[in-house]
Amino acid sequence: MSALESEIDPDATPEPKLQISHLDAYFNDRHVVRDITLSVPQRRVTAIIGPSGCGKSTFLRCLNRMHEHVPGARARGAVMLDGVDVYHPSINPARLRRHVGMVFQKPNPFPTMSIRDNVLAGHRLNGTHVDAPGELVERCLRQVALWDEVKDRLGRPGVSLSSGQQQRLCMARVLAVEPEVILLDEPSSALDPIATAHIEELIEELKERYTLVLVTHNLQQAARVSDYMAFFYLGNLVEFDRTDVIFTNPKESRTEDYLTGKFG
Amino acid sequence: MSAPVSGLPPDLPSAPASGRSSASSDDLRAPTAGAPVEQAFHAIGFLALLLPLLAFLVLFVSVLADAWPRLGWGFLSGIPSRKPQLAGILPALVGSASLMGLTALIAVPVGIGAAIYLEEYARRSRLTSLIELNISNLAGVPSIIYGLLGLEVFVRAMHLGRSLLAGALTLSLLLLPMVIMTSREALRSVPLSVREACHGLGADRFCMLRLVILPMCFPRMLTGIILALARAIGETAPLLTIGALTYVAFLPDSVHSAFSTLPLQIFAWISRPQTSFHENAAAGIVVLLAVMLLMNGFALWLRARLQRRLPG
Ligand SMILES: Nc1ncnc2c1ncn2[C@@H]1O[C@H](COP(=O)(O)OP(=O)(O)O)[C@@H](O)[C@H]1O
Ligand SMILES: [Mg+2]
Repeated sequence: MSALESEIDPDATPEPKLQISHLDAYFNDRHVVRDITLSVPQRRVTAIIGPSGCGKSTFLRCLNRMHEHVPGARARGAVMLDGVDVYHPSINPARLRRHVGMVFQKPNPFPTMSIRDNVLAGHRLNGTHVDAPGELVERCLRQVALWDEVKDRLGRPGVSLSSGQQQRLCMARVLAVEPEVILLDEPSSALDPIATAHIEELIEELKERYTLVLVTHNLQQAARVSDYMAFFYLGNLVEFDRTDVIFTNPKESRTEDYLTGKFG
Repeated sequence: MSAPVSGLPPDLPSAPASGRSSASSDDLRAPTAGAPVEQAFHAIGFLALLLPLLAFLVLFVSVLADAWPRLGWGFLSGIPSRKPQLAGILPALVGSASLMGLTALIAVPVGIGAAIYLEEYARRSRLTSLIELNISNLAGVPSIIYGLLGLEVFVRAMHLGRSLLAGALTLSLLLLPMVIMTSREALRSVPLSVREACHGLGADRFCMLRLVILPMCFPRMLTGIILALARAIGETAPLLTIGALTYVAFLPDSVHSAFSTLPLQIFAWISRPQTSFHENAAAGIVVLLAVMLLMNGFALWLRARLQRRLPG
């Protein structure tokens, strides 16, 4: 029902997909994410911006519980995915990550696997059966606009591609496991402008079906692709609003200072 | 045609108008501060490399000269004999090969398993640090100590006698620290980004290891293991200690057979007073060196071949 509403009126506030409340994250004694409360709207792009070291990546990694893989790291608070607390003791973090996928800053295709096997890697790693692997590979590679470039060399290693293509392959690999939320941690910061434009187009397309959370240090990118924007500073959430509101009429002076380049 | 293109943007003067004068050609040619030390270091380093190579070459040539009359098919396929001209090395060669094969069968799964446990599963604790420290210490224990251990435990307590199995178990103990350490290094060489990609896709640890991590570090593990085996093939002391035979006129036919190995055979021939047996020893040394070089070469080839699939 809510999905229908948001299709009829794109400006209506969509349902929240993720509700984060009072989230704190630590590296040993270092408190790097401080009491964040935030709702990530469904089928929208939410950008996280802020100066480097302000806890954007850490916050993102708390959403699919990747944070706890770092030795000495811990998180406290609640992250509700469709009303289910992902930090509840009964939740299996590995299974959570099939619903909340992640694309990393540096493209990281599996070096021993072909392009095709990279796309299927999620299913192989999860031991899930794929009825028509060929079709799945084609569909996911088409979704990331990589199919035409690689369809003749699906058996070649994934790492033989350019870094922009590798990043799209990594996105195809995430799409293949059909997550609901995709977390992107500066997905184009290691790429050239053309590859970056490809990734941004892709993000625009993906938001029709997925909820996206995008960490970026590139304000223009956030302005171009995001619908909502959260400004982080020193581990705190300073401001969260619609992207156009933040850019035209920020409520906090620190947000305005950051957007106008007074610091950061 | 368009106007000729100048190499400089129009608003840039062709030489600095002010400030420091441009470098004189003498300044460009003068040596930098570290240059004399660097040259001396190069010379010393080259000598340090050359001397052991020369020493090895002299040794090898003199051994080869002694061995030359004996080297041939008859020597490789013959069995030991009281007449030096008829003596061959086949039982020792087969003994060495079977011993290595059996040792690998025991040490490799245990070693890789221990490495996987320590690197991927064990929690960091005082106990694991202690175990890690001891593994590196064990790698430095003299091999004869392992021989004594093998004699007490495998030969006597377990009643395995002077069999291939007792020898292989003893050598396995000797190799385990090295296999564990090289396997751990291989596991550690897999970048964190690859592990994160696995976690991000919802893989559990076991599937990640089986499908991604182990295929990635397989070449490194294998090379490390082959190099370790190539070293173990020359081990003499622990096998003498457990009482392996130096004169065997038959081929081992089961893990309970008595056996000899190349170094033991060489040792036996060299202990004989007759100089013609010394020629046999020299030929044995050439065979042993050839086997070791082949194994090392195979390890290098394998690494080059398998790592071509793993750029970056
Ligand atoms: N593995 C780690 N161990 C300890 N501190 C870390 C680790 N990763 C990040 N930090 C610290 O946490 C803070 C937030 O880091 P991060 O979330 O990566 O910031 P951002 O992504 O906004 O640049 C930084 O001060 C950083 O130094
Ligand atoms: Mg970051």
